[in-house]
Amino acid sequence: MSGTQTTYNDKVVRQFAVMTVIWGIVGMLVGVIIAAQLVWPELNIGPWLHFGRLRPLHTNAVIFAFGGSALFATSYWCVQRTCHTRLWGGLLIPFTFWGWQIIILLAAVTLPLGITTGKEYAELEWPIDILITLVWVSYGLVFFGTIAKRTVSHIYVANWFFGAMIVAVALLHLVNSCEIPVGFLRSYSCYAGVQDAMIQWWYGHNAVGFFLTAGFLGMMYYFVPKQAGRPVYSYRLSVVHFWALIFTYMWAGPHHLHYTALPDWTQSVGMLFSLILLAPSWGGMINGIMTLSGAWHKLRDDPILKFLITSLSFYGMSTFEGPMMSIKTVNALSHYTDWTVGHVHSGALGWVAMVSIGSMYYLLPRVFGKTEMFSTKLVTVHFWIATIGTVLYIASMWIAGVMQGLMWRAVNADGTLAYSFVESVKGSYPFWAIRWLGGVLFLTGMLIMAYNMFKTMAGGNTKDAPVVAPVAHHA
Amino acid sequence: MSDFVSDFWNLYVTVIVVGSILACAVLLIVQGKATFTPGKTMGHVWDETLEEYNNPMPKWWSWLFVITVVFAFVYLALYPGLGNYKGALGWTSAGQHKTEVDKVDATVKPLFDKYLAMDVKAVAGDKQAMEMGKRLYLTYCMQCHGADARGAKGFPNLTDNDWLYGGEPEQIKETITNGRMGVMPPHAQLGADTIKDLANFVRSLSGLPNDSVRAAKGKEAFAASGCIGCHGPEAKGTQAVGAPNLTDKVWLYGSSEATITETITNGRQNKMPAWKDFLGEAKVHLLSAYVYSLSQGAK
Repeated sequence: MSGTQTTYNDKVVRQFAVMTVIWGIVGMLVGVIIAAQLVWPELNIGPWLHFGRLRPLHTNAVIFAFGGSALFATSYWCVQRTCHTRLWGGLLIPFTFWGWQIIILLAAVTLPLGITTGKEYAELEWPIDILITLVWVSYGLVFFGTIAKRTVSHIYVANWFFGAMIVAVALLHLVNSCEIPVGFLRSYSCYAGVQDAMIQWWYGHNAVGFFLTAGFLGMMYYFVPKQAGRPVYSYRLSVVHFWALIFTYMWAGPHHLHYTALPDWTQSVGMLFSLILLAPSWGGMINGIMTLSGAWHKLRDDPILKFLITSLSFYGMSTFEGPMMSIKTVNALSHYTDWTVGHVHSGALGWVAMVSIGSMYYLLPRVFGKTEMFSTKLVTVHFWIATIGTVLYIASMWIAGVMQGLMWRAVNADGTLAYSFVESVKGSYPFWAIRWLGGVLFLTGMLIMAYNMFKTMAGGNTKDAPVVAPVAHHA
Repeated sequence: MSDFVSDFWNLYVTVIVVGSILACAVLLIVQGKATFTPGKTMGHVWDETLEEYNNPMPKWWSWLFVITVVFAFVYLALYPGLGNYKGALGWTSAGQHKTEVDKVDATVKPLFDKYLAMDVKAVAGDKQAMEMGKRLYLTYCMQCHGADARGAKGFPNLTDNDWLYGGEPEQIKETITNGRMGVMPPHAQLGADTIKDLANFVRSLSGLPNDSVRAAKGKEAFAASGCIGCHGPEAKGTQAVGAPNLTDKVWLYGSSEATITETITNGRQNKMPAWKDFLGEAKVHLLSAYVYSLSQGAK
């Protein structure tokens, strides 16, 4: 640190921001590879690069490496600036960065080797789970330590969401990863049978609800009003939808286990809370999009706003689709089909990736001492490629999913199935090819982003920004 | 049967579910009573420019929230959800499944019964029956025996005339009805050298290249080590125990010296599941006829 003036800790933001782009490319590349493997099965080469091993690598890389790095970068940026203080935590701060990167590298090695607990989105074995716990607790200490030493009395709404995400993910990880080691890289779950399934999907759906929704809503609440230059639409709406969202998400897991050995009452309760979740989810979309009211013209030539507002549209769409798919009769058709895959990606590409990309385009020039990205035009190009890719992906999976669901339930007059399973696979090929193309487009956008990022970084002045004094209350 | 070990949990679930849904409504109502100043901010500023308007929540959004809460209570009155309470409609997922299955069964029963009354060979000659049989096969059997019924390593080819347990209609039906458990015991105790002799002998039986000196020693070992107990003195197998004929050119696991060595050393275990309870006799009968028909053109 130079001089006597306190600065924000932007080094860790810089590190995580760059890794967001890098891991985004890696994770999406693996996604493109497994999408290609479905179209051209001969691309399944050996056990290490087989679909079954690469698929968890893809999900872990995009959720925890790409999404996680984006959350770290934006929450560290946001919490310092809205608390008007430097990040608290000393060595814990670099530990969260390097620890998280080591976890990602360990995942990238163990998953292709077939070392897995077999729990979706929680595949990593127990030694890595312990490291995740250490890093996550450090993250919590840094974040809440910074909140504790804030120089303004009120805590900004974005921090509620980041904070809830940190607390909930800690709880989810600890409970679902409870396992009994039987060797250095082998363990068994503490739970058995349908209880294990229920705990797993309580975790699985809240990984979506807290990691991929609450955390990214925090991102939205900082970067949308910042980039739009407008106040958040409604404080009261943010209060209600925050508490309702974090409360009801916790209940929604059973909708992953409709028509299974899970008791009927549990399925009903899971479905109802998934439906109640619709309004709390939409609260975030309304607050984000309405923030722009009075400044719609800015959308025309600001590609960052385009990313952010489009992400909210996809968010609204997938949080409408989700409750609908949780209804048992709809789920009876959609479950186990590509419709689910499409739904997840309208959230993952349309919402999570787009809001992260928009936020990174805001952050990157600022942490590298520039006023804007190397090329705004390339940001616009990225926006259109990403949007087209997302639409191709979702639309093809909708068609494939509904087709599969209808084929599986079709019966002949003699009660036998009208289609064997493999016929539904054959029918899916054209749509899998379109999905692959959508993925290629999205990945291409990320490569453009990386080029733009490195050009922006070149010769930059990477000094940390000084802490800004809070504005005196004028109420 | 109750899902709960004691009535306490029934009450626990009921109170928490009802309380939690009510809490959503209370949150909305209480917060909706706040004083709003539309178009004015709350008076706090963060990071130089971040502010919040004190606008009310959109009416249509509040109503959407209320509708989902009301729907939840209506649903819980009609369907299971509150602990042991069964719901006014008495719906269960097991009940729904049974109703649907019973409905289909009632419709198709006469059709299957017609074929059940016929001899397997006669069913095998009926065109409509064979179309139905093929569809059953493609639903229940192809996962192991393949879409073309030609099998795979460890899974017998059903289109040839080589049968582990016999290819007569009654034998096929028995196989599908009650399943089969095939066991070749491990013979590692014979020692690697003897096993190599045996492997060469087994290869010689079906005319595959072999070391004739070892094959001759293997022939003696075959008789002395108990192989003939299952495979017979002429190595032509015994269908009663599912021991394969070693003199033909059909190999379930492979004919290379290495594979045969592995088979003798470690043994093999194989299982054809029983379908009696899952499919019922009528479908098994039809499937037996279909499988029987597959090999009728083969020599």
